Amino acid sequence: MIKFQGVHKWFKALHVLNGIDLHVQKGEVLVVCGPSGSGKSTLIRTINRLEPIDQGTLIVDGMDLSHKKTDLNKLRAEVGFVFQQFNLYPHLSVIRNITLAPTKIRKTPTKEAEEQAMALLERVGLAIKRDAYPTELSGGQQQRVAIARALAMKPKIMLFDEPTSALDPEMIGEVLAVMQGLAGTGMTMVVVTHEMGFAREVADRIVFMDHGQILEEAKPEEFFKNPQHDRAKQFLKQLLSPMH
Amino acid sequence: MDFQVIADNFTYFMIGRYPNGPLGGLGLTLYLAVVSCILSFFGGLILGLLSLSRIAVIRYPINALINAVRGLPLLMVIFWMYFLLPAVLGKPVPESRTVIAALTIFTSAYMSQIVRAGIEGIPKGQVEAALSTGLKPWHAMLYIVLPQGMRNMIPSFVNQFVSLIKDTSLAFIVGVSEITHVGTQVNNRTMAYPTEIFIFIAAVYFIVCFAFTSFSRWLEGRLAWRKSI
Repeated sequence: MIKFQGVHKWFKALHVLNGIDLHVQKGEVLVVCGPSGSGKSTLIRTINRLEPIDQGTLIVDGMDLSHKKTDLNKLRAEVGFVFQQFNLYPHLSVIRNITLAPTKIRKTPTKEAEEQAMALLERVGLAIKRDAYPTELSGGQQQRVAIARALAMKPKIMLFDEPTSALDPEMIGEVLAVMQGLAGTGMTMVVVTHEMGFAREVADRIVFMDHGQILEEAKPEEFFKNPQHDRAKQFLKQLLSPMH
Repeated sequence: MDFQVIADNFTYFMIGRYPNGPLGGLGLTLYLAVVSCILSFFGGLILGLLSLSRIAVIRYPINALINAVRGLPLLMVIFWMYFLLPAVLGKPVPESRTVIAALTIFTSAYMSQIVRAGIEGIPKGQVEAALSTGLKPWHAMLYIVLPQGMRNMIPSFVNQFVSLIKDTSLAFIVGVSEITHVGTQVNNRTMAYPTEIFIFIAAVYFIVCFAFTSFSRWLEGRLAWRKSI
């Protein structure tokens, strides 16, 4: 579904992705973790071409991202993205936020688009908020709407860039629950997160990055019980008991 | 001071010789300002969007043009249009039309900067979110960026309009009978009341401009409420 081969990327002098080789299978839930500046956000942003790669091959859903002829809009219609800052459109109601892309890109008639949007809102538990505006919602609610918006285009892959990092602790749970439900339906997901509880419960595989490189790749039980790389060990220690 | 001269010529100050001649006075001032404002809005929008183009061959000449116009005094542009327009079109052009052309070109250059600032003020995340759902860049501009940007731009547009009202006074240099010119005509005829006449003219400009700046302030208040996150 997603294949990185020898991928490199530089931001001016900074080697932000340093030889990434990664293969994500269909239906897999991959969690990417690592310290700040490890390149994990950049990695996920290359998958829907919000960031281009400088070297190597990146194939997503059969489309080669470096190829000039690749239709980026078509690619992005198949890959949903959920941002840390939600990025809902403040001037549009919740339902319009969700139906905008389907009506313009898939040419879905408004009535049908709204019915599908309502089904998604039901799924994320926010059906009553259909006519509300983003500024009237809490962070957790906004993020759930953002997930519904990403799902509206019926993507094959869902990408999450630290979806709960901007949320108050009480609201993290409701968003993770939605993501867990989504994983249960067999969606291919790549999630950049610090939420290790989620990783342990839901991930099929965990990837640990630092300084632009993948240092460790393992199933959750192995990763948490038996981390191989020193940096991974250090990271887990810090994460699970931050005061020591 | 004897303001009788104002009362005697009041209609002339307000609408010139109309209907026995073209519109003049305050009526003409407002007409010039409104028409130029509407045309500059579209001019500014188009120039603003072009100045942000990713295609360098479009962006550089447009920005050069905008900077050139912004570096010229309006008086210069009015003169240029007065001589240039009939020459280019090969037929005589009424002075008020050359003035509207000049005001439009001049104001569009300033409006383009307002449009640009409005567009650049929208967080990049909005565009990224739109593109991530498969929307094309022009969809993002039309449905996401411009609607939000417009709310920022409106107060600046109104301020530009107020400047435009005052700038119309320069039209008198090419013989257009807007209110300042009418004032000088009445003064030349009656000779004895320059103080009263020009106090009156100043008061008229002040009242009109004050009305619009107050409107602008009210508008800012209303728009800010809706945008507060």
